[in-house]
Amino acid sequence: MNDQPERPNRPALSLHVPEPEARPGDEADFSHLDIPPAGSVRRPDPHAPARETHDLVFTLVRVLDEEGKAVGPWDPKLDPETLRRILRDMMLVRVYDDRMYRAQRQGKTSFYMKSTGEEAVAVAATHALDRDDMTFPTYRQQGILIARDYPLVQMMCQVYSNRGDPIKGRQLPIMYASKDHGFFTISGNLATQYPQAVGWAMASAISGDSRIASAYIGDGSTAEGDFHAACTFAAVYRAPVILNIVNNQWAISSFSGIAGAELTTFAARAVGYGIAGLRVDGNDALAVYAATRWAADRTRANLGPTLIELFTYRVEGHSTSDDPSVYRPQDAASKWPLGDPIRRLKQHLLALGEWDEERQAALETELGETVRAAQKQAEKQGTLVTSTIDFPQDVRTMFEDVFAEMPWHLKEQQAQMVAELAAKRK
Amino acid sequence: MTVMNMIQALNSAHDVMMERDKRVVALGEDVGYFGGVFRVTEGLQRKYGASRAFDTPISENGIVAAAIGMAAYGLRPVAEIQFADYIYPAFDQLVSEAARVRYRTASEWSLPLTIRSPYGGGIFGGQTHSQSPEALFAHVAGLKTVIPSNPYDAKGLLIAAIEDDDPVLFFEPKRIYNGPFDGFFDRPVTPWAKHPQAEVPDGHYTVPIGKAAVVREGGDLTILAYGTMVHVVLATVAAEGVDAEVIDLRTILPVDIETIEASVRKTGRCVVVHEATRTGGFGAELSALVQERCFYHLEAPVQRATGFDTPYPHSLEWAYFPGPVRIGTAIRKALED
Repeated sequence: MNDQPERPNRPALSLHVPEPEARPGDEADFSHLDIPPAGSVRRPDPHAPARETHDLVFTLVRVLDEEGKAVGPWDPKLDPETLRRILRDMMLVRVYDDRMYRAQRQGKTSFYMKSTGEEAVAVAATHALDRDDMTFPTYRQQGILIARDYPLVQMMCQVYSNRGDPIKGRQLPIMYASKDHGFFTISGNLATQYPQAVGWAMASAISGDSRIASAYIGDGSTAEGDFHAACTFAAVYRAPVILNIVNNQWAISSFSGIAGAELTTFAARAVGYGIAGLRVDGNDALAVYAATRWAADRTRANLGPTLIELFTYRVEGHSTSDDPSVYRPQDAASKWPLGDPIRRLKQHLLALGEWDEERQAALETELGETVRAAQKQAEKQGTLVTSTIDFPQDVRTMFEDVFAEMPWHLKEQQAQMVAELAAKRK
Repeated sequence: MTVMNMIQALNSAHDVMMERDKRVVALGEDVGYFGGVFRVTEGLQRKYGASRAFDTPISENGIVAAAIGMAAYGLRPVAEIQFADYIYPAFDQLVSEAARVRYRTASEWSLPLTIRSPYGGGIFGGQTHSQSPEALFAHVAGLKTVIPSNPYDAKGLLIAAIEDDDPVLFFEPKRIYNGPFDGFFDRPVTPWAKHPQAEVPDGHYTVPIGKAAVVREGGDLTILAYGTMVHVVLATVAAEGVDAEVIDLRTILPVDIETIEASVRKTGRCVVVHEATRTGGFGAELSALVQERCFYHLEAPVQRATGFDTPYPHSLEWAYFPGPVRIGTAIRKALED
């Protein structure tokens, strides 16, 4: 570098490093966003060739307008019962998140991640799938479990790593797993689940099954090689899979520009793979539902995958280990122009005359009580122990499930550990 | 001299080198504006500009590959992999490329790059934020692997790594970023300020790669350790009341065989300690080296105190972690006969 030849006729190159519109101290500014009015985006037939979706990757499918009316061709025309169920589930996710966040702050567990503002991308999408379709989530889709009636107490036991934790305290809080609920085990390593979902979907196709898979990834993690593997395999084999990208615009402290959002959209990745793509208002539960249903109908007809970008905003920090006020404006979340998914769906139900403030207040009270009662139940089975060896679990379980059968060296180590703990307790 | 914790010492190493050498650049996830999730690169972007300290996309494979390309150009990139547990997508670039470019070009190219990564447990990070993968890289021909155990060494070794003309993997024991954890999880942790190795020169200095430190002299037995475990070993030795010679390897590869050999020849007994899983761990290599070279001086079999051969469990962390009881047991066994 220091001995670079003189090239006087060539301009000096410079490196472009993306920077967000605003930093702490600035006012949050979303004026650069191009948000089309609700109802303005056309809806192709789900059986149309993939290329007929390729203009939709640069716009935004929206259903709910400013007054809470459902407008345009993407209106899924859900019955009020389903609408109320989606509202309830989203509200429950938020109450649950708040409760568990507080439990972490009280030292009852090591870590927590909220999904505030992103409830619709998990809950509404799950209601648009069949109950036995498979999901491969990231760590911010607790809404899938809630929408599928996973027992709250058991969820909390996982967060507490306690005796009731179905995965025996082995994983960080929020890294749930449940075969019965079509919820694949969450990995702390990013993007790994995306090509796995494609493999599951290929297996369903190989087996002549009718179930489809739905995968989630964050905007930041689309940079991992696994994202490319997933899209390529899904395209090549026309795998029955929905590939969701939750674009919440922040990967810890890195804004989506660091993942490539300055020049194009994430949905536009679909074009290069030749698969269907949609870009959707992720804070609009009806748009999320409609797009998911569109992609599900399409892939159930053996027409291959759809890449769906769900455009939303990470309202809270990345996790309890993160403080977003040091890298983005304090008021950013409150100024996010696509609003709050819960408030928007509530407004819609009110506009339909299918909901009122009394029922809203009653539901809030009921959910608060449900979560409080569940927490009490869960805590009876212990909370995470960090400064003693009085573990809630049987310690011998540490060596189970490494293999189906325990080899000699693990048996030896297990005995060693039991002796150690006995020595420590003396 | 300034009293620094390990994070500040590592930050200072970056600062000194970026100031001295325009070829040094820092990159990684959250490394730029934010300064890294553990704040090791804090302030570097403000001081040296975004084209010398910057955020990367979430692609460990891309980070290491780009660092290789930058090193091939002639820069000296210092790339952060946010947690050692995240390094596996970069395995091909490290094993097949970074480790071999010098060899396959007969030294026409060398790759002066440093890959930093926090490793190890003790923070309730679960199985994807707690691993110690050093043995995987020590097994690869062509990668140097360095693990400091205190602020002074951290800064001196990182500067040496950046100045090294070959790829260096620099694993940082995150459990002791802020203070020397002694393995007694139920006792309060002392901050680095109380530790002599927290006195760190402000300017440039190096701690040589490939040179171990005898952190405690003794005659009863030799204990080999690195990273967090150095402190756990010292506390255990004190608790057990044995006159152990404790060696902080500081560099895993190339390991300082002279220091190890001289000590074991003197004591005739040896315990190897690491946090990583036992089977195929670096302790196996150390144990083999000691018996090959010191067999006729050994009074007892070489003992290992290590992590168990399971994924790092979230809730049972203190049953997994090789603490004073496990190390004490190994010491007593090595002292039998």
